[in-house]
Amino acid sequence: MSTTVAIIGGGQAGTQTAASLRAQGFTGEIVLLGNEPTLPYQRPPLSKAFLAGELARDRLLLKPAGFYAQSKVDIRLNTTATAIDQTRRLVTLDNGELLTYDHLVFATGGRPRPLTCPGADHSALHYLRTLRDVDRIRERFHAGARLVVIGGGYIGLEVTAIARKNGLQVTVLEFAPIVLGRVTCPEVANFYTDVHRQAGVNIQCNTGVARIEDDNGTAIVVTTTGERLAADLIIAGIGLLPNVELAQSAGVDCHNGIVVDARCRSSTPGIYAAGDCANHPSALYGTRLRLESVHNAIEQGKTVAATICGKDQPYTQVPWFWSDQYDIKLQTAGISRDYDQIAVRGDPATRSFAVFYLRDNCLIAVDAINRPAEFISARQLIPQRPQICPDRLSDESIPVKELAA
Amino acid sequence: MAKITYVDFNGTRREVTVENGMSLMEGAVTNMVPGIDGDCGGACACATCHVHVDPAWLSKLPPMEDLEDMMLGLVDSRDANSRLSCQLKAAPELDGLVLNTPLGQH
Repeated sequence: MSTTVAIIGGGQAGTQTAASLRAQGFTGEIVLLGNEPTLPYQRPPLSKAFLAGELARDRLLLKPAGFYAQSKVDIRLNTTATAIDQTRRLVTLDNGELLTYDHLVFATGGRPRPLTCPGADHSALHYLRTLRDVDRIRERFHAGARLVVIGGGYIGLEVTAIARKNGLQVTVLEFAPIVLGRVTCPEVANFYTDVHRQAGVNIQCNTGVARIEDDNGTAIVVTTTGERLAADLIIAGIGLLPNVELAQSAGVDCHNGIVVDARCRSSTPGIYAAGDCANHPSALYGTRLRLESVHNAIEQGKTVAATICGKDQPYTQVPWFWSDQYDIKLQTAGISRDYDQIAVRGDPATRSFAVFYLRDNCLIAVDAINRPAEFISARQLIPQRPQICPDRLSDESIPVKELAA
Repeated sequence: MAKITYVDFNGTRREVTVENGMSLMEGAVTNMVPGIDGDCGGACACATCHVHVDPAWLSKLPPMEDLEDMMLGLVDSRDANSRLSCQLKAAPELDGLVLNTPLGQH
């Protein structure tokens, strides 16, 4: 009897799992279930080059169309798994079909956290997660259009940068006192706020959305500070909710994602999770993490594949992320959460600097803004949990490569 | 258009045609050439598309920018012929180019 791996989710993690299973010599059946109409594609360009119209649709594909047949991956598009029977190892599909599996991988990703204020059903309001979302956004994404971005996170600010390049008028509303507050420090937040303001963006912090009204088809965003902003287009980027409901209904432990061990195994034998939906233990940070990044999706896809193939390859990656806004490339290594000290290297005014984050005198993360050398050094250093004096990190007379010495 | 030959660590050669302007990382991924991952999609952010350029071709390539140089600092098997293939764009003058993919990316 052949072994079957069913993968729920045709995004980066699911596709990587399928590819890595074959790369590691798995010869059984692989069924990849994607609930979108398109072959698996890269999401990061959706808020960057693809939104700007600088990247053709077919260049978003993660794998060429021929990959699936050649690698004997049975990919089913427009297909949603609706129920799991984990005792009989059966997945029910939305077309009524029953699929038997030996190993089941949740690569279900997440969905945008919805805005819940009155008027959140206005036709001008969009989220940005899928190709379809961007197609709809692009219908209204024209020079002169008034765009209100709700949420000053990476998605919101990347969209803002592209919108300014395309001549839209942009207002960003951020509920917290600073933008990017969940992921970075005030120094980096203030830098990005200045960059966007210099580009003509109206950024308002400490400001939420009270409701969205309609004026003959034009949306009016009413802020918590009482301002009324007319908008041809509203894009909300206020976080991601992991898609865990199906796993939960099958009795799999979930807590801010599907709880997995370092080998991406869930609490239920034969069930695994990878990518944005998975909550894994980080030995490096001594806590559980649920990460929303391409790197994490790829590496956990590889981990799941290794585990299914009987190899012992725990996930021990240093997380990393990137964000492109205007001519500024941010590269982040590590998780800065719970830092107690920072060291700034370089002058933000030059648009090239790095912020190192320390906890208990150990280097835990870096935000490198147009500073690839600092990013790379930190990525190599962080796993060693090095104790480095902040003054040393800030001292540009010490070459980056010698920081740990 | 440029014909590019990718040679893997055990000597298997794969010749593919890459459209002008498309990166040689995309040329490999699109044609299912193993040994080039391109995890970040060509943003010069991940260093998983490392190649060793056939020395005869090195001088015909555009010079490396700082970012690429730094990112190459992440790879173990870097040598004088190392480039990131996402930063190399297909062009007529690269027709016939030979790239070796490192063992570490297989």
